[in-house]
This record gives sequence, structure tokens and C-alpha cells, in this order.
Amino acid sequence: MRSPAATLGRWAIHIAIWGLGIAYLVPLVVVVLNSLRSAEEITQTSMIGWPHIWEFSNYIQVWSTYCIAQTCSGIRPYMLNSAAVTIPATLISTLLGAVAGYAISLWRFKGDRWIFGLVTAGVFLPEQMRLIPWTIVLRDLGMTNTIAGLVMIHTIQGLSFTTLFCRNYYMAIPADLMKAAHIDGAGFFRIFWRIVLPLSPPILIVTVIWQFTHIWNEFLYGVTFTTGQQQPVTAALIALSAAVADVPQHGLQSAAVVVAALPPLLVYLFGGRYFVRGLTAGAVK
Amino acid sequence: MSALVIRDLHKRFGSVGVLKGINLDIDDGDFTVLVGPSGCGKSTLLNIIAGLETASSGEIVIDGKVVNTIAPKDRDIAMVFQTYALYPSMTVRQNITFGMECRNVPKPQREEAVARVARLLQIEPLLGRKPAQLSGGQRQRVAMGRALVRDPKLFLFDEPLSNLDAKLRVEMRMEIKQLHARIGATIVYVTHDQIEAMTMATRIAVMHQGEVQQFADPETIYNRPANVFVARFMGAPPMNTVPARIASGQVVVGDVRLPAPPAAAGWEGREVILGIRPECIAEPTRQFGEAGTPGIRIMAPVELTEPTGAETIVVLRMGGEKVLGRVAPDIRLTVGATAAFAIDARKICLFDPQTERLIA
Repeated sequence: MRSPAATLGRWAIHIAIWGLGIAYLVPLVVVVLNSLRSAEEITQTSMIGWPHIWEFSNYIQVWSTYCIAQTCSGIRPYMLNSAAVTIPATLISTLLGAVAGYAISLWRFKGDRWIFGLVTAGVFLPEQMRLIPWTIVLRDLGMTNTIAGLVMIHTIQGLSFTTLFCRNYYMAIPADLMKAAHIDGAGFFRIFWRIVLPLSPPILIVTVIWQFTHIWNEFLYGVTFTTGQQQPVTAALIALSAAVADVPQHGLQSAAVVVAALPPLLVYLFGGRYFVRGLTAGAVK
Repeated sequence: MSALVIRDLHKRFGSVGVLKGINLDIDDGDFTVLVGPSGCGKSTLLNIIAGLETASSGEIVIDGKVVNTIAPKDRDIAMVFQTYALYPSMTVRQNITFGMECRNVPKPQREEAVARVARLLQIEPLLGRKPAQLSGGQRQRVAMGRALVRDPKLFLFDEPLSNLDAKLRVEMRMEIKQLHARIGATIVYVTHDQIEAMTMATRIAVMHQGEVQQFADPETIYNRPANVFVARFMGAPPMNTVPARIASGQVVVGDVRLPAPPAAAGWEGREVILGIRPECIAEPTRQFGEAGTPGIRIMAPVELTEPTGAETIVVLRMGGEKVLGRVAPDIRLTVGATAAFAIDARKICLFDPQTERLIA
């Protein structure tokens, strides 16, 4: 039998958890419901309400015909821009991070700690501080306002995270395994491909989810370094809300937000259980 | 010819000396065990032989060739690890052939080598499995297969049995010994377990604090330990070491007098340390050696008995000094009472109390 005080405590915890959960989910529910209501209905009633008529046309319009900053192509091209930035940047930064983490954790060389320290310092460097250096780099490389420029920025900046994640994971690989491979005569890349990489799926899934979500949702670089048709969807959403300033189009806006948020949400839904597992799991024993 | 020679090897980590001038000369076909308590430097020495760590100074010569600057893969060695170190994502077959794959050995030759080793170790049914699907003993066997397939000049074993349960350890111990007898390989084997050392080795190097205390065959190590450390490290329960005195050709401990070995002549009237193995203190009816010599009879109070089943370990006061004896299990001893014991004085050791070195 639990004491009454303990029972009360448990109830308090449950109420707090449910309260916080609902508070977090309310905005999402409001946005999803609004995306299914017509503009008239929203303006005539309230921002918060159940749809009287389920209006799916918002999605069709926002995807392919709605006008954003004088271009009437919907958010489809911007979604494709985001994908063109996020997918290569995620894959390249994850793979390079795996190699770098492997080198730092399993190969001792002079100054390895310094290099690790410098690389991970990037994790704590605020985005704004890097704006001007990147502007200069993009200008000098002639990559201003290009998708390739954003891919480069996100790949390089992502390396701090991916290297840190992979390095910590690889630290758990037993030293004897490396010794055995040395005696067998395997070199740097053969050990990586044949021994380390096959052990890596848990941490690779973690870094891919992390990188994908982070790069997809990134806004500052997108809005700073690209304009017009080159912008990723996060930047385009701002143009959309600017247009909405004259005539409120909350239904369309909400639909655009839901569509733009869908890819990282799906990635998390499919890989989420690996994410939680990978962050806590050690390597093979 | 010597398969492995180590000359004046030093290893320092910063200012800490881990190996302080190691000299070993290991013959072809020898089964050499490096034994010592943890932290004595034995694993570091093995890693340096393998080329996984570098020596601070000194030379390592394998098969007549100085290998100090040669990479592990080119030293013609194979190593078996305590943790087995099997590649988790590869099958047993791939684990065994990985080294050959790295050396670009043609496929038919690899297959032939795997078949030979798998037959030798009786692991043929396991070839398609992953390490995670194997038991501890099977993993150990595969790890040995990976070493054997190389047919190297030198086998290095780093505490290979420490992760096995007691029963399996005894089995694998015998198997490795038989394997050595069959293929005649030169083996350097590191362990902290003195029983493994005694049972398997043809030569034992007892290490302590970065130095080789004694390098000899098991019998010499056991019966003529070079110093008090070796005497007490080898053997379980350990050798009794008690303060004694040499007087008129006898070793005197309290009221107990034992005949002193001839080599103790120069120590007449001086203090020594007497070393006597527990099995040399037995029940009074015991006869020692092939000739069945009766022991020297003493009376001693019994402080504690520990029956192990096969024998009883007894703590007694010999001339006032606390020592361990080993008596037959059917002898009933009363704790607190005085009982008779027979002492085998043929194998006693005497050590210099200052240097702790063997004098006789």
C-alpha cells in the first residue's frame, strides 16, 4: 500500500505531465485545424475553432498556385529547394562526421585532443557570429544565392555535431578490436569500412535525424544568403506571411506551415525510436 | 635459434617507468608465460612485442630481425586477446580470413586455410555464424583460429582465458597446451594466473614492478624461486616465509630446528628468511618423495582449518610463526589444540633478509 502522500504526489506528477503535453500540442492542433478552414470562416468566427466545412483546397492552393512575393507557384519549388539543401548536406556531414569521429576516437595522433576541442567548439558558437564570415566566403567562392552555397555551409557547420556524436559513440569500441585489426594488417579506411561502419547504424540514424531536422528548420542562413526562387521553405514562409499582412489568409498560412513541417516530422516518426535508443546506447560489447 | 630476443627494453609513460630493462631470450617452440600481478608491465611488454606500443629504448628481435620500427602486420606475429576482439559484423569465416584479405591472398588459398584451421579447432559448423551467436568458449576458439590461420613466427596471447568461467578455463588451458604440443609454435602468453603459468609453460618469466624477477622453467620457478616475491607469488596457497636463524648447521625458528642446506654454510649465526611450501608441512604419518622419507616431527598449535575436500589447509604456529600446512582431508584437527606435523625439509629455501634473494 502506498501512503496517501505518495499517491497525491503521483497524481500531481501526472497532472503536470498532461498539462505540459497539452500546452505543447495546442498550437499544432490550432494550426492543423485552421489549415482545414476557409479564410472567411476564420475571420468571421475566431482563430481557434472547429472547422464547419472541411476545406482541403487550402493544401492544393498552397502547394502549387498560391502567390508568394509575386511568384505564383505555391510552396512546391521552395520545398524542393529545402530538400536539395537538406538531403545532400545531411548525408555529406554525417559521413564526414563519422570518418572524423572515427579518426579522433580510435587513432591517436599528436594534437588530436586540440582538434577535437576546436571542432566541437563549433557546437557552441552562435549562428549570428558566423554570418559575416560566411558572407565573405560565399562571395569569394561566387556561391552567393545558390543552393550549393547553403549545402556547403550546413555541411561544414554540421560537422561539429556529427563529429561529436560519432566520436562519443566510437569511444566505446574496444581497444582490442583496433589492435586485432592492426595486426591483421588493415589500414585506416579498411578498418572504417569493414569494422567501424557496420557497427554504426544506431549513431548514424541519430545524426541523420538531428542534421535533417536542424537543416530543414534552419532559417537565418536561408533568409540571409538566398533570395527569390532560391530560398528554402522556411524563408519562403516569411514572404508568405508578409503577403498575408494585407488580407489575412490564415487557412492558407496554416496549410503552408503544416506542409513545411511535415518532412522532419516524418523523419522523426520513422526514426524516432532509434533516436532515443541511439543517444543512450553504448557500442557493441 | 632464438625466435624472440628482448634486449634491455625500457618503457616510460612520462616520468613513470613501466618496464625497466627487460632481457628475455625465447627459443623456437618455447611456450613462454609472462606472469605477474596487475600493473607489473606484462601486457605492455606483449603490446611492445606486437608493435602496438613503442619501446622507449631497447631492442626487439624476432627471428633474427630487429623489428622496433616495423609495423605490427609485418612482424610475422598473431595475437589472441582477452576480449577475443572478434569483428562483430563479420561471420566467423570472415573473421578468420580478414587478415588474408588485407594481404590480398587469393580466394582459393584463403578457403583452404580456413578449412584447415576450422578442422584443427573443430569449429567447422560455426563458420557461417556471427560472433554474437557464439558462446564464450566458441569465441575463444575462433579468436585462436584467426591467429592460427596466419601460421606466424610468434603467437602472442594476452590473458586469453580470463573471461571464461572456471570450468571452461581449465578445458581451454589443456587444449591450448595440446595445440602447442601438436603444432610446435613459439608462444608468448600473458596471464596473472600462476596456475595457468605453471600448467602450460615450458618457461616462465615472473614479472613485478617492470622487472623480470626470474626467467626459468616451471619446476625451477616453483622449487628454487629467485626471491621472496617469486616464492610468494607462485603457488596457491603461497609459500610460507618466516624469519629464521642459522645456528650450528640448522635453520632455527623458535623451538623448531631443521637441517640447513649446505649452501647456507656462510650464513652461520645470521638471520635469514625461511621459505617452506605448505605441502611440506603435513600430517605426522606422511612420507615424502619417491624414497618415502618420513618428515621431521614437530608439535604445533592449530589456529584454523580450511577443508577443501581434496585436502585440508591448516593454519598453525611453527616455532611461534604463523604458517600454512596441507594435510590429508581425513585428519581431524581441533582448533586451539596442539597437534603433531611432519615437515619435509628437503625443499626448504633460504632468503637473504636484506635483498630477499635466494641464498640456498
